[in-house]
Amino acid sequence: MKPMILNRARRAVLYLALALPGLPAHAQQQPLPASSAPQAADSGGLTGSVTDDSAWRDLGIAIPAFPTDRSVATGADGGNTEALGRNLARVVFSDLKNNGLFKPTGPDSLPGIGYAEVAAPAFAGWRARSAEMLVQGFVKGGANGQLTVGCYLYDVALGKELARQGYVVSPVEWRRAAHKCADMVYSRLSGESPFFDSKIAYIAETGPKDHRRKQLAIMDSDGANHRFITSGQAVALTPRYSPDYRQIAYLSYVDGRPRIYVYDIGTGHQHLVTEAKGPTFAPRWSPDGRYILYSMAIAGNTDIYRVPATGGQSVRLTNTPGINIGGSYSPDGRKIVFESDRGGSQQVYVMNADGSGQHRITFFGGRAATPEWSPRGDQIAFTCICGNLRVAVMDPDGHNRRFLTDSWQDEAPTWSPNGRIVQFFRTERGTGHTSIWQVDLTGRNERRLKTPVDASDPAWGPVLP
Amino acid sequence: MSPSPVFVRLAGVSLLIASVGLAGCAHKPKELPPQPVSASTSTQSEAMPPAQPQQSGPVPGSEADFLASVISDTVHFDTDKYGIDGESEGILRSQAQWLARYPGKAITIEGHCDERGTREYNLALGERRANAAKNYLIGLGVDASRINTISYGKERPVALGSDEAAWAKNRRAVTITVN
Repeated sequence: MKPMILNRARRAVLYLALALPGLPAHAQQQPLPASSAPQAADSGGLTGSVTDDSAWRDLGIAIPAFPTDRSVATGADGGNTEALGRNLARVVFSDLKNNGLFKPTGPDSLPGIGYAEVAAPAFAGWRARSAEMLVQGFVKGGANGQLTVGCYLYDVALGKELARQGYVVSPVEWRRAAHKCADMVYSRLSGESPFFDSKIAYIAETGPKDHRRKQLAIMDSDGANHRFITSGQAVALTPRYSPDYRQIAYLSYVDGRPRIYVYDIGTGHQHLVTEAKGPTFAPRWSPDGRYILYSMAIAGNTDIYRVPATGGQSVRLTNTPGINIGGSYSPDGRKIVFESDRGGSQQVYVMNADGSGQHRITFFGGRAATPEWSPRGDQIAFTCICGNLRVAVMDPDGHNRRFLTDSWQDEAPTWSPNGRIVQFFRTERGTGHTSIWQVDLTGRNERRLKTPVDASDPAWGPVLP
Repeated sequence: MSPSPVFVRLAGVSLLIASVGLAGCAHKPKELPPQPVSASTSTQSEAMPPAQPQQSGPVPGSEADFLASVISDTVHFDTDKYGIDGESEGILRSQAQWLARYPGKAITIEGHCDERGTREYNLALGERRANAAKNYLIGLGVDASRINTISYGKERPVALGSDEAAWAKNRRAVTITVN
């Protein structure tokens, strides 16, 4: 009798997980006891046994399953904390492996460890396995079904602890604890800001080339927790997550014409970004989430407007003949990079946030479109229409263009929250099939994201709190 | 902390089917000579014809009648351009003449682009192409209030290839009659 009730409760929790809208919540930080290993000083990047700056990319990292002190039932994947511990380690492994950053070995190819070993690693054994770094963690079921997940990073050669973090999460958000752990490892070893614990909005595409169904969809940065937001009866395009992940601005033909709507994830309601009659395109949020930029066509002439995210009066920022469209804020919110064909062809321009000081920054051959300011502020990614469509980056003054991709049609870059990776979508010549790809700033580590169906218009949001 | 469970209705507000233009893509070959109006329709339609159900052929004033009367429902554009060339002028004149015969009819002009541009710019470019055709018709005396425009950017190609011939067919503005 008792196991049945437990099972039913477990199923109820799982069902709840599916129904949850995925509103952002804090992954509460939990102080962890220091390990028995001596602590290495944090110099803001790699310390310890590896000294070459570029060497961290090939680091062998062992990630055994996260043991639990006592296996208890949980609504998270696995059903109990013992199975969940293996799943947690698998997610950390996938994060670090799929981004081409390290050479991790996951829990399915490693022996398990005891709970007491998490904070007292058996370095000799890991040295024998030629592991250079070691990620050990644990999971505990707590009151109200909450989960506590601990994560330690060790330098095996030096026998030192490099970092540790603990998180309290609800069962439906168990993957976030693993992403936070992967973020800690990545940040500590690379010296870069974290990015795994984040989400992506995009357009899911199905059907033949002349009759594509285009639906708004969301997923975690690793493709998990995928959800369709719109049914696809009306074409949806070009989504952008609000910085707090509570809303998505996107284009929909729901009333027959292309217009920008702001969709509230919590309530499922949406409203027009402006009641003005013209068709609206290219929604963008300001970094603080207070404003939305949109572009509106009047009599064939398109200009960029700014409106408070809570509604109110729109301010027109551009006022030249031609197509002025898009707009991406610098991280400090003071400048906007945008696209305009006022000079005869699509080029990239920069203006102050109030619309003053508009000037062109791209002067190379071909056209330049869809500029996106890096969250770090140091680069602008864009689509170069230079024969083929290619994703490129340049300095904020338009100099030092560097191509990141070389395919038939890559467009619409979006930055990882730490400004080190660019996502974009690729269209296949002939068939029109689309897929989301990402590439790091070296241009070397390019990979396709797994999506249930064809995918375009990725929009990567910030790291969750 | 766990967020309180909030149930979400799929897509919330009305997801009505965007029907405009779904059916509006009957296409004639582009190679027809750019004469102002075809002889057969012009002689038949000099006077406002009353409904003649016994007569064969399209119902006067219908979309089928429009398609049979005009040189083409579609004008084409050069790459990244929105100018109305000589051939397009002839096509639009034939459309204006039909509209003059049926003053109760309104039209929607759909603007389209080829696949070799970025998505957002093409939405704006499609709008500009539709407006170029609209402005030409206004110049021929068609009242602006009868002409609606809509852009589909590169989202609705008619030619499915990825070559210059297909792209040329897709850079277009298509006129559809509405009541």
